[in-house]
This record gives sequence, structure tokens and C-alpha cells, in this order.
Amino acid sequence: MSEIKDRLVNGIVKENPTFVLALGMCPTLAVTTSAVNGLGMGLTTMVVLALSNAIISALRKVIPDRVRIPAFIVVIASFVTIMQFILQGFIPSLYAALGIYIPLIVVNCIILGRAESYASKSPVIPSLFDGIGMGLGFTAALTIIGGVRELLGAGEVFGIRVMPASFEPIRIFIMAPGAFFVLAMLTAGQNKLKAVLSARGRDVSKIGSGCSSDVDCANCAENASCAHKFIDTDAVPGESLEEGAKRREAEDKEGE
Amino acid sequence: MVKELLILLIGSSLVSNVVLSQFLGLCPFLGVSRNTKTAAGMGVAVIFVITLASLVAGAIYTYILTPLDVTYMQTIVFILVIAALVQFVEMVLKKFIPSLYKALGVYLPLITTNCAVLGVALTNVQKSYGILTGVVNGFATAVGFTVSIVVLAGLREKMEYNDIPESFKGMPIVLLTAGLMAIAFCGFSGLL
Repeated sequence: MSEIKDRLVNGIVKENPTFVLALGMCPTLAVTTSAVNGLGMGLTTMVVLALSNAIISALRKVIPDRVRIPAFIVVIASFVTIMQFILQGFIPSLYAALGIYIPLIVVNCIILGRAESYASKSPVIPSLFDGIGMGLGFTAALTIIGGVRELLGAGEVFGIRVMPASFEPIRIFIMAPGAFFVLAMLTAGQNKLKAVLSARGRDVSKIGSGCSSDVDCANCAENASCAHKFIDTDAVPGESLEEGAKRREAEDKEGE
Repeated sequence: MVKELLILLIGSSLVSNVVLSQFLGLCPFLGVSRNTKTAAGMGVAVIFVITLASLVAGAIYTYILTPLDVTYMQTIVFILVIAALVQFVEMVLKKFIPSLYKALGVYLPLITTNCAVLGVALTNVQKSYGILTGVVNGFATAVGFTVSIVVLAGLREKMEYNDIPESFKGMPIVLLTAGLMAIAFCGFSGLL
């Protein structure tokens, strides 16, 4: 029981995928034009994440190591397709609002990241709750970001007017550029928090360290370990693109 | 026909820019934009892969999925086809065009995870583009990606020498720059 609680707290607070790990930025930016869209996207992702985590965990001893990434992707894509039909059938308004970003949940790095780093190594029940915890953390983050953008850009939250009538909505916040500005402020806040916490001697290695490496996405060119994993299951974590290419070339020559 | 394709070319590359208005391919956009040379290399590789992927995905959708009436399998089929295609392109380039492999090789693994590739394939299906229109759309989208990543890289090179507040160093200032670029790209909506 405590393990389940631990998994939930971990996903929602300690390793919140958006606010702490800075993962899955494409949907974070794209669908947070309103709180409802953020909530819908978050919950859809949560269902896919929890179910694919459970299935991948159940199959972890059956899937050969070398083809695990394609196998994970097939599991994830199947659940995404199922969710797509459920939304299309039961919540067509949300289906229309999220559009192409529903099938794109397949390439959300949170899901593959959890499959790779947790579900493929853990029993079914904790994996299921790890997915639910991470999904709830993602949902909370998207709803908050969507709420802030909706409040500033339209003067409403969940479609209910909260700002006084004299408030002139700052429309840019619900347009594309606003997404970049909001995320810039968010990551600046993370940086500040990191500086404050590390001055107090706390461990900050997880903050903003998406893809389980110690750099953020902006520094990923030098450290594309996550991208390697897709085709190169023996990629050395932390090696740069050029180093990886050189290493593989050297290995090829040895093989000949 | 030519006129429609030309409008699509401008629309997909500038007006609804893949990164700045659709937020696809954000990771390489932020990650591989340290200097203009690498950014351009990444851009060319993306043009190559997306154009090819649009062709292959369009052909599979039209000639395999539609006749068999299993179009609901599109997401699963497309993601696997794209991953396999990138690997295949890498092997072909390595074997037959080593000079091109040298220039693009390091970027190819990065593109498998690029959601813009899957995004274009799905958009083509959603808007029921034919194969030719789909390929033009894919090419235009990729050109839009290349334009924006090269411009961002140019700006970042200049920013190296700026005095940026401590908290904004790294990703925040890059995102702010991207936001300003997105405002500038909003101006293109008057083109069509």
C-alpha cells in the first residue's frame, strides 16, 4: 500500500514530469490554450501511460532486450488508437480541440521514458500506479498552465469569466507566441529554484533534467542519449552525437 | 493545380510554421540550434527525411491501408514505418553515398524521435491530401522547420555575448527568442 502511495506522490510532486523533469514539452505548449484542453490532454495521456506501463511491465520478461523500443512503441500506439476512438465517440468536442495532438501522444517522451526507466524493470501494480501518478502530475501541470494562459488571454478559467469587465484580455497568451513566453517563465522559475536549493545544499540533479540525463532539452544536441536509444540500444548515456558516430564507425571497422 | 501547390508550399512553410505555430519538432529546434552550421545540417536532414516519409506513408495509406479497410491502424503503422525508414536511409547513405552520410549521418538518429515527421504524415491523412500534395506539404513543412531553426541559431550565436539575467540563461532565453520569432511569423498570415 505504501508503495502505491509512494508512486503517486513521486509522480505528482517529486518527479512531476512537466514542472520538475521538463518532459513532454510539445503537448505542453500546443494544447494549453485553455484549462479544459489541458485537463483533457492530461487525462488522455494518463490513461495511455497507466495502461501501457501495466502491459509493458507484464511483458517485461517476454520482450527481448534488443527490440524493446519498437515493442514499447507498438503497445503505446495501440492504446493511443483506442483512446482516439473513445474520445471521438464520447467527447467529440475535445477530440476536435486536441486534433492531431491525440495521435502524437505516441511520441510523448514521458510515456516512453517511464516504460524504459520504470515499467520495464518493475512489477505490474507499482508500474500501473507509477503511470497514474505521472499522468496526474502531467494533468495538474497542463491544467495549471492552461488555466493561467486562459486567465490572461481570455479573462476566463474553465470558460467562466473571472476577470472584471474592465479587463482587456491579453490575446497573445492564447496564441502560439504566448505558449513560448509562458514556458520561458516556467523554466526561468525552475532555474531560480535550482539556484536557491543548491545554495542550501539540496540535491537538484532531477530538476529540469528531462530524458534522465543531466542536461535540459536545450543542451540535448551535445547529449542525445535519448534519441540514440531508439535505434542504438547499446548507446552510452552521456556521449555526444559525434562521439557516438565515431564509436560506431570504429566498431564497424573492427567488425570487418 | 500548380497554383494550389504553390499556395500549400507557402502556407505550410511560413504561415502555419511547423515549430512556431504547431509546436512540432520542438526538441531538435531547441537542441540543435547552437550554431548555424549544425542547424543547417539538421534542417537538410529533416527536409530529406520528411519528404521521403510523406511519400512512403502516403503510398502505404493509399495502396495498403485503404484497400484493406484498416485505416484506423495509421498511427501504429506510420510510427513503425518512419522508424524503419530512418534506419534504412542511414544504411543506404552509408553504403552508397558516404559523402552525404558524413554530412547528415549524425542527425539521422535524432529525427526518428522528431514528432514533426509523424505529425506531417498524420496531417496529410487528416486533410485527405493525395500522394503528390502530401509530398509537397511534407517538403514545405520541412523547409519551414529549416528556416526557423537556422534563424534561431543565428540569433543564439549573437546572444552568446549578451548579458542575460542568471535565471534566464539556457533554455528560458531561447524560448523567449522563439516566442518573439513566433510573433514575427504571425505576420506571414497576411500572405494568403
